[in-house]
Amino acid sequence: MTPTHWRMTTLTRAGLVTGGLALALIVLGLVLPAFASRKLIQDLFYILTMLTLAQLWNLLAGYGGLVSVGQQAFVGIGAYALFGGVILAGMDPLLALLLGGLAALVLAVPMAFFAFRLHGAYFAIGTWVMAEVARLSIAQWKALGGGTGTSLPRDATSGMKVLDWIGALFGVRAAAARDILAYWLALMLAVAVIGGIYWLLRNRLGLGLIAVRDNIEAARSVGVDVRRMKWAVFLLASAATGVTGALIFLQTARISPDAAFALTDWTAYVIFIVVIGGIGTIEGPILGVLVFFALRSLLADYGSWYLLTLGVIAIVVMLFAPRGLWGLISDRTGVQLFPVRRWLHGPGVGEETSR
Amino acid sequence: MIWLDTIAQGILLGGLYALFATGLSLVFGIMRLVNLAHGDLIVLAAYLILLVVTLLGLSPWLAVLVAAPVMFGLGWMLQRWVLNRVLGPDILPPLLVTFGLSIALQNALLEGFSADSRRIPNPALEGASVAVGPLNLGVMPLLTFGSAVAVILVLNRIIYATPLGRAFRATSDDPVTAGLMGIDPRRIFALATGLAMVVVTIAALYLGTRANFDPAIGPARLIYAFQAVIIGGLGSLWGTLIGGVILGVAQTTGAALNPEWQILAGHIAFLAVLLIRPRGLFPRAND
Repeated sequence: MTPTHWRMTTLTRAGLVTGGLALALIVLGLVLPAFASRKLIQDLFYILTMLTLAQLWNLLAGYGGLVSVGQQAFVGIGAYALFGGVILAGMDPLLALLLGGLAALVLAVPMAFFAFRLHGAYFAIGTWVMAEVARLSIAQWKALGGGTGTSLPRDATSGMKVLDWIGALFGVRAAAARDILAYWLALMLAVAVIGGIYWLLRNRLGLGLIAVRDNIEAARSVGVDVRRMKWAVFLLASAATGVTGALIFLQTARISPDAAFALTDWTAYVIFIVVIGGIGTIEGPILGVLVFFALRSLLADYGSWYLLTLGVIAIVVMLFAPRGLWGLISDRTGVQLFPVRRWLHGPGVGEETSR
Repeated sequence: MIWLDTIAQGILLGGLYALFATGLSLVFGIMRLVNLAHGDLIVLAAYLILLVVTLLGLSPWLAVLVAAPVMFGLGWMLQRWVLNRVLGPDILPPLLVTFGLSIALQNALLEGFSADSRRIPNPALEGASVAVGPLNLGVMPLLTFGSAVAVILVLNRIIYATPLGRAFRATSDDPVTAGLMGIDPRRIFALATGLAMVVVTIAALYLGTRANFDPAIGPARLIYAFQAVIIGGLGSLWGTLIGGVILGVAQTTGAALNPEWQILAGHIAFLAVLLIRPRGLFPRAND
């Protein structure tokens, strides 16, 4: 019985099944535009982008302990960078998506510098103030329409070569081809973000994050650099949120400071998705976004009742099931679709020792 | 002379922000809870006063006396039945619950009172002003500032010179030990939130009589309150008043330069203080 026979793994049967299922879903998602209606593609675009934002907020709040209420800053700055790149510099819209991520990253540095001086709940409101500063400053940017906003020029959005190709492939007009392209990009972004977060959590940084979340003193005592970790998570999440924001507004092709920096759309909904689904898990936001979209479809005609219901559900969930719907399911069944827990396999016997 | 006037207006506006902030500061000081629905509760109180004024035909000043006990009860119940359940070492649950409450309240008000902006009628003093030296100061802004000072005097008196205040301070320092001395922290927390809601009602009176309000303006009031607290330094009510004044002066000065810069100037003043003195100008608490 030499120590070399021990090995650490995060592999579980449910994890393998999820992996297979996820691959199948991704392939299905890629070929879906061949037989799905345009409405379904648009709905899926919304679901996928909200899922991406929710996963990123969950990485911040659920794993990093950074409860940000200012995510709209990154959505907004990413979107405005895309518009600026396309309208003012004549960039290719797809390349400008990356510019959106870069702009969000650049904004995240001063934002973290200020916000990290505040702790806990004050951090939350601090990020919110910073998002307001970004919104009010962008509203002064007259070249992009100031407070009223602007639209992407038609030839910039429908002039992309790839659109002709999509149009020919599925036999659809330019407008529908644009939706399909946006949907594909959203699908790839969602897969990349979920995959990236999962990879992160199974690695050194993720282990450190979970250690900090569970017990900050213990984590420090074994050499986890809490400050560096928070910076890393904040910058990563900000850049990815910026790309997502750019993509969302590439699809709508119309922007205004109030829409791009909307607290309700890009932070409140996202928080509700994560809280209802289950904070601190990768499964939670996935479940949450489905519940959120179902509620939205059900209550679409009732205006403010919809948000009222969401708020009340979030309160009830926090009071009675603080780990969300996925927490309830996983407590009953013990299932983990995205296992991050490390198991130690003994030599020969194959018995498992938790963590 | 215009500058003197701008600064005087800013100082008086600071009184309103201090009123917004005092309730927030009180609750945070005693139970380390930041209520993200604070701004929306101010708006709720303003609607409550408006309702009393229109239904009972009372003057706004008397309507506050009716609304304040109701708000106290609401705050007490909110703390006792909801917030006490989520208080703990983890800051996430109370934050998310109050965020949910904020969104729910805004939309409930929207459903109940529509998006139209309203104002609490105050015919006697609306637009009234007095000449102070070279300046012409509004009576309502002066009353607002005076009320802020009075509220802080009374609260400091309660906190530092009554058995209730002793219980507040003891619970704030160490809830477990306070519990051993026969104080029920949950009861103390409920009383503190109730008291904060009385201050909120007073703030709402001035919010509602001085300008129009609608269900969506709560979050911005929360931000001003928060900025006043942070600029002043946690744990000091007089610091909060000065924080409010700095914010108010920054806003009126910004607005004097360009009307679009009013809010931005306040935010920038806040960030500047955060940069130079991360713990605020007059910090007392350690967290």
